[in-house]
Amino acid sequence: MTAAPASADAIRLDSLRKQFGSTTVLHDIHLRAARGRFVVLLGPSGCGKSTLLRVIAGLERADGGRVVLDGRDVAELPPAARGLSMVFQSYALFPHLDVAENIVFGLRARRVAAAEREARLARAASLLGLEKLLKRRPSQLSGGQQQRVALARAIVAEAPICLMDEPLSNLDAKLRGEMRREIRALQQRLGLTMVYVTHDQAEAMSMADQVVLMRDGHIEQDATPAEIYARPASAFVASFIGTPPMSLLPLVAHAGGAGIAGLPDHLLAPASAAGALLGIRPEEVVPAEDGLPACVTAAEFLGAETVLACALGSGGALLQARIPGHHALPPGSPVRLRLPPLAHLFDANSGKRLPLPPFA
Amino acid sequence: MRMPRFLHAWLMLGPALLLLAAFTHVPALATLWHALFSTPTPRRPAVFVGLNNYAALAEDPIFWQALWNNLLYALGTVPMSIALALAMALWVNGRLRGRTAMRIAFFTPTVLPMIAVANLWLFFYTPDYGMIDRLTRLLLGWGPTNWIGSQETALGAMMAIAVWKEAGFFMIFYLAALQAIPPSLLEAASLEGASRGRIFWRVTLPLLGPTTLFIAVNAVINSFRLVDHILVMTQGGPDNATALLMTYIYETGFRFWDTAQASALTGVLLAVLAVIAALQFSLLGRRTHYR
Ligand SMILES: Nc1ncnc2c1ncn2[C@@H]1O[C@H](COP(=O)(O)OP(=O)(O)OP(=O)(O)O)[C@@H](O)[C@H]1O
Ligand SMILES: [Mg+2]
Repeated sequence: MTAAPASADAIRLDSLRKQFGSTTVLHDIHLRAARGRFVVLLGPSGCGKSTLLRVIAGLERADGGRVVLDGRDVAELPPAARGLSMVFQSYALFPHLDVAENIVFGLRARRVAAAEREARLARAASLLGLEKLLKRRPSQLSGGQQQRVALARAIVAEAPICLMDEPLSNLDAKLRGEMRREIRALQQRLGLTMVYVTHDQAEAMSMADQVVLMRDGHIEQDATPAEIYARPASAFVASFIGTPPMSLLPLVAHAGGAGIAGLPDHLLAPASAAGALLGIRPEEVVPAEDGLPACVTAAEFLGAETVLACALGSGGALLQARIPGHHALPPGSPVRLRLPPLAHLFDANSGKRLPLPPFA
Repeated sequence: MRMPRFLHAWLMLGPALLLLAAFTHVPALATLWHALFSTPTPRRPAVFVGLNNYAALAEDPIFWQALWNNLLYALGTVPMSIALALAMALWVNGRLRGRTAMRIAFFTPTVLPMIAVANLWLFFYTPDYGMIDRLTRLLLGWGPTNWIGSQETALGAMMAIAVWKEAGFFMIFYLAALQAIPPSLLEAASLEGASRGRIFWRVTLPLLGPTTLFIAVNAVINSFRLVDHILVMTQGGPDNATALLMTYIYETGFRFWDTAQASALTGVLLAVLAVIAALQFSLLGRRTHYR
């Protein structure tokens, strides 16, 4: 076998298409992931994340386009020959085999020599802290332990690409945090190229080198977490990323510029921005005496900070503000909020990000 | 008013227990009890004879032949119907066209009454005209064979009917069990590089273990119990070639009215079944995975 050129991406998807019957689930997907990257597929339920993962794995056949793994077009290769391992959302552990046999299932199937098999098992078990559990059945393990067995089974294969479908969705918040760090550390130590599915944007932002945000079967944005946070490519991305996500305020024309309906004294953008959506990060809103008048509709206390939902002006525009400290204001309380400088504008119809107009 | 707990429990259990006792447990025990007495006649009431009835059985060559036939019958029908049921279930579980029609076709023999089945197979086995003879003539060039009338083939012919009737029934259980296996297990196995054969032997079959145990116990019991077709077609003949324990009990009890001897035979049948069931549960049960 000739080595793939060093520059080749670990994963390349070209105009990938998939349909179930008459419904198209993936439209024209283009994606490149360099070796050793941690790629997160993010998106709302039903947007096609699992399907995309399964097409890469070869568990579903694409209806168009190409899947290129390490420089090889794998269209004709069965899942086992694609050089990848997978952690299923349900873990898919074999209930009749003990932990050790679950982990080495693939090694036995591929007829790896016994000594090598034992060595890899021991290494994976110590890496994931499973040494004491090797003789147990999956039904005798906790959710987090099962998850680690599934991970161990994926890493003993020593496949260069690892796919994970919402592996943490069954765990409690604390364990989820621990497992995130463990998975990330493991991926970096082993140099795996990881494709990781989640619908939790916080998980995506904290783990990924590259976030691929999907919607209705197409890719809405493919960028680093910093980029996707700083420059969301569409109103959909803006309203998906962040806790809470960006508020989108419709702008109307006022004398001398554009602002919120009903607040002609507070201009927020040049006149050419009228009709667009203004994106405001809640964490950049601060209470200030000279701010916009708003009316609290709900307050959510998070501990270190409070998220205020406020109605702004007469058009029913809703702004969220994340303010340090405890400010559990009752609904109806008046507040004054100062907005950050103009940074995000989106087309009201297409949702596309608009270039910022020059200040006149 | 507060009822004591035990009274409550007995009241709840009562009706079912009464029916079970009246129609199952008491007759079974009574049979074992009667086996220790001689057969009453109008002139001579039953007298206690101890194990004499069993001793008489031990010297009865037809009893030994029936027992031997029954073992052959079980060995021939049980593995065959289980294997066939599994094969059919695997087949109709796939994504083939018209699989509903296939499932119905495989299941049909099960819903037919045994007597109707016997009639059907009488046609199949008819020498010269029957379907079997036509097939053997066409494919193998054989002459007419009296399948159920000759000693060499009669038992085999009866076994074929039992397999034909039971496999479809057991298929339903396998089908249900197959559909309960999460697809992700099979996907994981194939992703890990297991071949189809390996997936079958190392994943599917072990997961079907409880179903196989259940089916095996039922198949063994049926091989001693379901003999309607033999009574209709051969009555145990020719020359006891198809005599099984059950047909012999029927013949002794209801044709010769030797109720004591029939009771002793029943005792033997119960003992055989109990031993087999215990063996199956302890041997298979240990290696069977229960979720
Ligand atoms: N086997 C199938 N047959 C028909 N439609 C399917 C099939 N599998 C998935 N779909 C449809 O494809 C779309 C994408 O499904 P997919 O499972 O990829 O979503 P997802 O992004 O993983 O969602 P979730 O976050 O809920 O897991 C959904 O609308 C779903 O109904
Ligand atoms: Mg999914």
